[in-house]
Amino acid sequence: MTQEIEIPLAELRRNQPRFGGLESGHRACLGCGEALAARLVSESAGPDVMYANATGCLEVFTTAWPDSAWQVPWMHSLFSNAASIGAGMEAALKAQGKATKVIAMGGDGGTFDIGFQALSGMLERGHNVLYVCYDNEAYMNTGVQRSSSTPHAAATTTSPAGSESMGKRHLKKDIVSIVAAHHIPYAATASVAYPSDIRKKVRRAMGIEGPSFLHIHAPCPLGWGHDGALTIEVARLAVQTGLFPLIELERGGVAGAMPIREVRPVSDYLGLQARFRHLFADSARAREELEHLQALANHNIEVYRLRGESRQDCMDSEGADTVRRGGMRWA
Amino acid sequence: MIEIRIHGRGGQGNVVAAYLLATTAFEDGRYGQAFPNFGAERRGAPVTAFVRISGQPIRRRCQVIEPAFLIIQDEALLHVEGVLDGLQPGGGILVNSSRPGEEIGGLIGREVMALPASPLASRILGRPVPNTALLAAFLALTELLPIDALVRALAGRFRGKVLDANSRLIEEAAGMVPVGQWKEASSETGA
Amino acid sequence: MKQALEGSQAIARAVSLCRPQVVSAYPITPQTHIVENLSRLVADGVLDCELVSVESEFSAASVALGAVAAGSRAYTASSSQGILLMSEVLFNISGLRIPLVMTCANRALAAPLSIWNDQQDSMAVRDAGWIQLYCADNQEAVDMTIQAYRIAERCELPVMVCVDGFTLTHTLEVLDLPDQQLVDAFLPAFHFDRKLDPANPISVGTLVSPEFFTEARYDHHQALLQSAEIIEQTRREWQDMTGRDTGGLLGVAGDADARVGVLVLGSITGTLQEAMEASTDTEPACLITLRAFRPFPEQALRDACSGLERLIVLERALSPGAGGIVGSEVRAALSSLDRPPRVFNFSVGLGGRDVPLETWSRALAAVAGNAGAGFDMLDLEPSRLPQEAL
Repeated sequence: MTQEIEIPLAELRRNQPRFGGLESGHRACLGCGEALAARLVSESAGPDVMYANATGCLEVFTTAWPDSAWQVPWMHSLFSNAASIGAGMEAALKAQGKATKVIAMGGDGGTFDIGFQALSGMLERGHNVLYVCYDNEAYMNTGVQRSSSTPHAAATTTSPAGSESMGKRHLKKDIVSIVAAHHIPYAATASVAYPSDIRKKVRRAMGIEGPSFLHIHAPCPLGWGHDGALTIEVARLAVQTGLFPLIELERGGVAGAMPIREVRPVSDYLGLQARFRHLFADSARAREELEHLQALANHNIEVYRLRGESRQDCMDSEGADTVRRGGMRWA
Repeated sequence: MIEIRIHGRGGQGNVVAAYLLATTAFEDGRYGQAFPNFGAERRGAPVTAFVRISGQPIRRRCQVIEPAFLIIQDEALLHVEGVLDGLQPGGGILVNSSRPGEEIGGLIGREVMALPASPLASRILGRPVPNTALLAAFLALTELLPIDALVRALAGRFRGKVLDANSRLIEEAAGMVPVGQWKEASSETGA
Repeated sequence: MKQALEGSQAIARAVSLCRPQVVSAYPITPQTHIVENLSRLVADGVLDCELVSVESEFSAASVALGAVAAGSRAYTASSSQGILLMSEVLFNISGLRIPLVMTCANRALAAPLSIWNDQQDSMAVRDAGWIQLYCADNQEAVDMTIQAYRIAERCELPVMVCVDGFTLTHTLEVLDLPDQQLVDAFLPAFHFDRKLDPANPISVGTLVSPEFFTEARYDHHQALLQSAEIIEQTRREWQDMTGRDTGGLLGVAGDADARVGVLVLGSITGTLQEAMEASTDTEPACLITLRAFRPFPEQALRDACSGLERLIVLERALSPGAGGIVGSEVRAALSSLDRPPRVFNFSVGLGGRDVPLETWSRALAAVAGNAGAGFDMLDLEPSRLPQEAL
């Protein structure tokens, strides 16, 4: 006779055997999007991996000697060479006849800017490396300076808003298109607001023999100026406004995009963050910049055909990732 | 030790000629050293390479300032400044030219040995590369190293038909100069 | 087997005999022939390794670093601007105590642009924490490359084998290339205790706070100091197997009772030695060749210089505003002798200027008058200076 045991849902979830590559107890700020994203990536990638980590928050908060939060072979060398270190690891493993997957990781500074050349070289040479970029849209490790990933009009310490400035003058670099232009097998964007989507994409990339790229939008409460409890909400709004489209590209062509069920105005996203506070001033210039940002979001929605059907879609921006919202779980 | 300077033009195989001569010395059981006068020259520009041949290990690595012999891969280089500099008294100049040596020698006021190395190579190899013929003639003139050591040195680079053609070229070129004419000059310097 | 080989070809063959599993490089004159020859050996199936032709020297060093960290023997080579571009990685490699061997085909640094030989490039990274060995000829280049792997893997330190660009890399000469069996017997299969391994995961290259940093540096410094003995031990083992005395910390030639010594690094050794032996009308002298510049062989240098009254240091690099680099270090090392020799420091052969046989007599003449023992450029041509400088 079977005995029914009542197990609370939360406990069931906790007790699920799940590989943890990045342990808790590290020193990330509360609400850190990058820490969450890195944990999700390492869980899905499993134990047969080798990590090359660029200098940045992730390296600093996970490995203050003599402690390390990593349960997987992990190495940090420099700011700008994560892709090359990964390439070297991959060449060595190939020479040794091992199938261990190499994952190189960097923030937007180490990926979009200082490590860009090494990344391009690694992709062009076709190394079997998954490169993950945790994008928090500025140099957070050194105290919130603008990067080429910082969105237009965002205020940082080196692109402050002022009487003569509306924050960063330039546009956010379209890194995933540039990466995809190397005609690599797989490149995708993801967001910490959609953990199942991240898992799905990591698994997809892990199974690819060759270079792959995963660009994960990861809010930084400190740098973006929002409450640490709002990380997921802010990240979700970036997707739902069209400012950060979730797309997949194969061999340079768009292979898929997460539809947005209800497109939200960009002001819903921008309004939660201090870095965009100056856009809500009562001035013509602020209104102009807001319109500009709305136009950028509209452009993304059009280019990637992000507008979903009004009917329920388990894979759209409302459905994906959460059973409760009527979506489906990948993992 | 015998010191030789080879003048040519970028793309003519100036360094290859120097390496080949030093390798020929090695094939004969001696020590050879060869190096280019390292430059950033492009094709056609005047270039220089140096060769030393000795019975003892060669330790000096400075440029050859006072060569016993000059091998000139292109007649026009005789008029380039510095090409004849430092040639030892009694030293020999071997020039790749279809004109008689006396005629060229008259122009520069020195004795010159001429060999039509480029047409010879064109006829036998199908390409106007003067190196092998010039080296064969040089060895015949000086009797510094046996001709077959040059063939052995070439065997390290070529095989089959190409090597056979080069061997014929060596034989013919060596027969076009007075054998042993520079023997005295080459033995005086004690290789 | 004795062969007539171009230096770069000989170095590539020596590297190949060490069975590297990953080779990563970016071309730069005068290093190019080394990498081209290695690529040829791979293409012809002589060398079985992963050849990674990267997009910069920065990545060349990084790929080699990643490869060793993942447990493979690796190799890279560069020159001049390439050494500077990879300098950040060079410091990192040594700090992580990665046993890697690289060749520096020594070349001047721009500006003004010079593709020719001096030793400014390797001197610029003398503080990078690598073992630095300088070769006098291509036999040493071959032998010391093979010894370098043994040293690197024993000390868990990277080794930079410095060969003068063109003067060695582009010179064909007769040398003895050891056979594979000998090298296999001399150099065990690659083993690296701290390699990254999913079965035994470790974290490498972590953030170190002020509480631990000094100790990490101490450890690195001690490792370099202790490598001196391993360099000498490796020299003896190589001599036992090949009969050739190459490598080690330094070499001394000439008159044992000499009161005058000349100290050099690299390929000008042979020229000066020949000049020294030929000069019968000058006072007896000895020639000291520094083979290891890092670790700096302080004790061996003191022993070699203890009877000297005057020491002439000739070097192919310059610290503008200070003078000689090697000269300053030699002077400091000898200052603790009871009667240290006066040190006369000259630069020669900068940016590829020929170092002729007369350098010997010129150097002796320059110090004969017991002039001020400072720094000077021995082969400066005042007529070529800009007019306003005269």
